[in-house]
Amino acid sequence: MLSFKHANKSIKQIDQFLDKVDEGNLIFKEGVRNYLNGNRESFLDNLKTISALESDADILRRKIENTLYTQSLMPQLRGDIMRLLEELDNIIDLAKHNLFQFDVEVPYVPTELNQELIRLTELSVAAVESLIPAARSYFRDPDAIKENLHRVYLFEKEVDKMADSIKRKVFQEMQGLKLSEKFHLRYFTLHIESLSDKAQQAADLLNIMAIKRSL
Amino acid sequence: MMLLLIFISSGLFLGWSLGANDAANIFGSAVGSRMLSFRRAAIIASIFVILGAVFQGKGGAETLNELGTVDALGGGFTVTLCAAFTVYVMTKRRLPVSTSQAIVGAIIGWSLFTGNATDMSVLRKIFITWISGPVLGMLFAAGLYLLLRWALRRAKIHVIKLDSYIRTGLILAGAFGAYSLGANNIANVMGVFVSSAPNMILDFGIFRLDGVQLLFLLGGIAIAVGIFTYGQRVMQTVGNDILSLNPEAAIVVVLAQALVLFLFSSSTFSELVAKTGLPPLPLVPVSSTQVVIGAVLGIGLVKGVREIKMKTLGGVAVGWIATPVIAGILTFFLLFFMQNVFDLEVTKGMSSADTVEKLVQPPRILNMIIYGLLIMSLAVITLLLTYIFRQQKLRLKTENELLIQQNQNYMVQQSISNLEISAIQKQNESLHSKLENKRKEFIDIALNLTEQRMFLESLLEELDQLQRLNDPNTLGIRLKGLSTRIRQRMSFSTEKENFYSQVEQVHKDFQEKLSTGFPHLTEQEKRLAMLIRLNLSAKETATLLNISPKSVEVARYRLKNKLKLKKEENLTQYIIDL
Repeated sequence: MLSFKHANKSIKQIDQFLDKVDEGNLIFKEGVRNYLNGNRESFLDNLKTISALESDADILRRKIENTLYTQSLMPQLRGDIMRLLEELDNIIDLAKHNLFQFDVEVPYVPTELNQELIRLTELSVAAVESLIPAARSYFRDPDAIKENLHRVYLFEKEVDKMADSIKRKVFQEMQGLKLSEKFHLRYFTLHIESLSDKAQQAADLLNIMAIKRSL
Repeated sequence: MMLLLIFISSGLFLGWSLGANDAANIFGSAVGSRMLSFRRAAIIASIFVILGAVFQGKGGAETLNELGTVDALGGGFTVTLCAAFTVYVMTKRRLPVSTSQAIVGAIIGWSLFTGNATDMSVLRKIFITWISGPVLGMLFAAGLYLLLRWALRRAKIHVIKLDSYIRTGLILAGAFGAYSLGANNIANVMGVFVSSAPNMILDFGIFRLDGVQLLFLLGGIAIAVGIFTYGQRVMQTVGNDILSLNPEAAIVVVLAQALVLFLFSSSTFSELVAKTGLPPLPLVPVSSTQVVIGAVLGIGLVKGVREIKMKTLGGVAVGWIATPVIAGILTFFLLFFMQNVFDLEVTKGMSSADTVEKLVQPPRILNMIIYGLLIMSLAVITLLLTYIFRQQKLRLKTENELLIQQNQNYMVQQSISNLEISAIQKQNESLHSKLENKRKEFIDIALNLTEQRMFLESLLEELDQLQRLNDPNTLGIRLKGLSTRIRQRMSFSTEKENFYSQVEQVHKDFQEKLSTGFPHLTEQEKRLAMLIRLNLSAKETATLLNISPKSVEVARYRLKNKLKLKKEENLTQYIIDL
């Protein structure tokens, strides 16, 4: 009966962890939008929120790891589950890091690029948003994983295309920008893009995990 | 009684090997996947194997007796020994083998030797059961797996909760499997000794045990010993093979095997089937390993595995023929040997009627209520004592661990305190030396001030005197003298000495290194090295050494040569690094 108690506790913690990652992802989107629109106060508020979420997610991940190993729950699957949680934790870490980069480096973004960068952020965040339900369904309904995963791959491809077009525009069309500014914009495009890349990595792992769990 | 014990030793050996090998089919996956500890698995398996053997083991034994009633203890001993030997040799050679097939072959060997006719209808029944065992296992496993898959897909249980359910399920299915194994396979172990069982009934008040059940109890204990002594290794190796299936499939395999063994050992179920008008199910010992193979195959078919290992199936089929044949031949020759060399009675030549007559003789009823209560009380007391002892041991262990931890904490604290003390001491020393330097500095400043004042006063006096002089020659000479005094004073001899002594104090190590490493350096060169170490410019160095900047360059060049540095090496860097 003790294992049921620990199981319920771990289930709750995993759900909370996934909520944190999801919220962190949304805050990242809001943060980038606020930065581009020049809402400094809201942006700083977003920074604080994402920091707290990332720290909470870290604590939860460690707690889950501890329960799974000390109570020897799911000896066969826990390795995979821990890897998945680590991948998801990396995503919120990256989101926080990227948002802080905006604060530290204060990149100059020409107004005409705002809409495209917002769209890029939305697509990248959408990839992560599709990953979370896939991760949730691994725990309860492994057959549904694939339905959500194909969206992650689709958004990741779209992000690649969008990032490519922004970089082309910056380097080929915006002659008024200094080379250093162009480089800076390229790095920030990469920062936003990296979120969907991480989502794709986690999706690959989930794909394999789904095969292992299929009955 | 002693004679009975000696003769059934071969049966006990067979029971031991059955426990060591077949318990892995029940708890192998749970132990191999670390979902259940071996100790807990072994305890559950042992209890339920004994319960199954004692309360439901008669059916299979009766069928074996119908095949051939081994009526002498010597015969029973030889038959079981040959079966055990066949199982041992074939297992050692990694050939698929089953205790059930070995014992049937050995009984036929005994019948052939003693001239008793083998009931072909019983043999046919047994053979059909052997085939239907794995087939039923396959069907049950496929059905149960489909059912489980359907239920799990609908229920959408969280994987962690599912793990807890599976863990509980594995324990329950394992307990059922152990009960069925005991019920079905005890006939292999003790079946041939049934006719030699003591004709008595032990009345324990709540339940009664007859002679056959007592015999089965002994066999069950032998199986339990086999599980405890050798089961772990087999569970971990065999269990990991079954583990290639997922835990859900493992539970289905165990359940399917338990169901098949239960069906072929439950007389109640057999009668129920007979009541419906269908032919009653034969109560025959079947091989649990072969049922497991069938069950795994069933799951494979549901999952759409196209490759069926024909070699494994061939092995099972060969086992059905080869094992009884080998055991039968071996028994035939060993019985000949036992009868003619050791003059052992291998048959009493009783007809079936004699046996029946022996069995219908009224048994001796022994009232075991008081003994039972005593044994129960003893068992309860032993359990209580063990529990208290274990708790005590655990408490001591925890206390010990706490003590060790406290000790470690204390040691860490002590080392931290030591570090802190030494840091404070060092800090004090440094403060003390700083204070000393400052004190010296103040004394020097004071002395310097006095000296400067005295010099200036003497200058003032001289100037006053000069003002009063009228003779220009004397004035010129006196002025020249005054200028020389001022120039001499400008060489700052005292301050410089003070400066050098302070610098030497601070860079004591450097001075020592320089003196020991390069003993041929002059005092002036050592001072130059010191000034280079302070990274002073050529102009500053020149002032302090009271020479021209050009001479500083020459002196540096000479110093470089004396330090035997190459042309490309930097003198300043070398001295700083020294």
